[in-house]
Amino acid sequence: MTSKNPIYLDNAASTRCDPRVVEAMLPYFSEKFGNAGSRNHSFGWAAEDAIEAAREQCAALIGAQAKEVIFTSGATESNNLAIKGAAQMYARAPMGQSNRGHIVTVAHEHKAVLDPVHRLEREGFTATFLQPPADGVITKAMVEAALRPDTILVSVMWANNELGTINEVPEIGRLCHSRDIVFHTDATQWAGKMPTNVEADSIDLLSWSGHKIYGPKGVGGLYVRRRKPRVRLEALLDGGGQERGMRSGTQNVTGIIGFGKACELCQHEADSERPRLLAMRSKLESELTSRLDVTQVNGHASRRLPGITNISFAFVEGESLMMGVRDIACSSGSACTSASLEPSYVLKSLGIGDEMAHSSLRLSMGRWTQPAEIDRAIELIVGAVTHLRTLSPLYDLHKEGVDLTKIQWQSH
Amino acid sequence: MAYSTKVIDHYENPRNVGSFGSSKEVAARRDIGIGIVGAPECGDVMQLQIRVNDQGVIEDAKFKCFGCGSAIASSSLATEWIKGKSVDDALSIKNTQIVEELSLPPVKIHCSVLAEDSIRSAIDDWKKKSGRAAGAAPAHA
Repeated sequence: MTSKNPIYLDNAASTRCDPRVVEAMLPYFSEKFGNAGSRNHSFGWAAEDAIEAAREQCAALIGAQAKEVIFTSGATESNNLAIKGAAQMYARAPMGQSNRGHIVTVAHEHKAVLDPVHRLEREGFTATFLQPPADGVITKAMVEAALRPDTILVSVMWANNELGTINEVPEIGRLCHSRDIVFHTDATQWAGKMPTNVEADSIDLLSWSGHKIYGPKGVGGLYVRRRKPRVRLEALLDGGGQERGMRSGTQNVTGIIGFGKACELCQHEADSERPRLLAMRSKLESELTSRLDVTQVNGHASRRLPGITNISFAFVEGESLMMGVRDIACSSGSACTSASLEPSYVLKSLGIGDEMAHSSLRLSMGRWTQPAEIDRAIELIVGAVTHLRTLSPLYDLHKEGVDLTKIQWQSH
Repeated sequence: MAYSTKVIDHYENPRNVGSFGSSKEVAARRDIGIGIVGAPECGDVMQLQIRVNDQGVIEDAKFKCFGCGSAIASSSLATEWIKGKSVDDALSIKNTQIVEELSLPPVKIHCSVLAEDSIRSAIDDWKKKSGRAAGAAPAHA
């Protein structure tokens, strides 16, 4: 039964908006409600000033200049604008032709990267989807091996949303710069949590989001490099020419102010949050893997974000496990938790097998997660896995020493 | 997704969990029928074991299930329904009855299908082992 105090371990999905962020936003709903595009009265000026202050805060978080930050509705839009906008701008042949340019990305990127690339493939571009190795980490060497003379864009996420694994982003950025290829990174899980500097890390385009970093939903940013080299994008939305013409539409003033405040807080607090998050992650992983047999942490052992862990509990199905730990809010790679009835393509791409993907939980900690909640979560998970294994015919077979891969299953 | 109270009840208090012995032991017993349906990579495997008497009545049933809450509830319910029934009556149970009883949403209908399949599969197995299947070798009494 769900108690009054569920434990929120789904911070990779969304975070609680920081009360300081809400406080910063409030005046802009009904007191300073102007349109930042209204250039001839104080209401408009107040909104515009506030947006430009937020742009400074957002830029400071990632080591950019304020002018290089474009506000969007979130990381999905930022990814779409970066990928489609760059591909159309740097296409080697006009629309309607084939071989318009080659794009390199990765099989376990978020759908907000994969689907824009798939669309570009239908529009005459070609693409390589790198297959991650078993540890999930994409290296510079893997990207380098995929580059071609006609490669125009590389898009590699900084940290994976399901695994927390960290790719070799600065190295890939430097590689792309040496080859004059535009480099985009989806930093939705990274920015605001980990040290980020678009100059030192050689990034041309970077997407991030408000609600993953204790800001509001419906707002995000796209960093677009302005010098060495100047990166240009073809806009997706046409209209009033806001955001340097790259994103027309009246700015989401309240959202942008919240996003700016959230970035500022992360800039000052992330360094001290990381050790706390890592201690909680380590406790979760060590307790669960030592107290439960055939349990594995997915992805690279150490090259992972401090706040995310993805664990497979063999022979237990993920959705029933979540049902058994209803006091914990978390995610699963199980097919039953997705609309598509397919298990997580991210886990599958690591070659860990469908059945282990079905058996996974993603637990993600955040600013408000308390060590006592982790202790309680461990007890709940151990209890639920133990209960479900008493029900599991597969666990029995495993205990009897039967090789499950040798059984002729009646799949349907 | 919100679960019906009946699904939650079966999940928390599953009826007739277990087996009549190790897989080797039960394979050798002629009074026991075993149905294992589904596949691990599909995310659900149901194992149903039935103990049938000479009159063809299911005296006892045990299940194990790797699957979501609805799959566990469907197989738990199936054991309740078939216990005490003749194999012919048990074969008349339809997955739609399970859907109705547990208020399963459309996306979970396959769980009820799997439960119906496990009943058929277990009864088929018992018929073969007890020599009642068409074309099966007669059992040595």
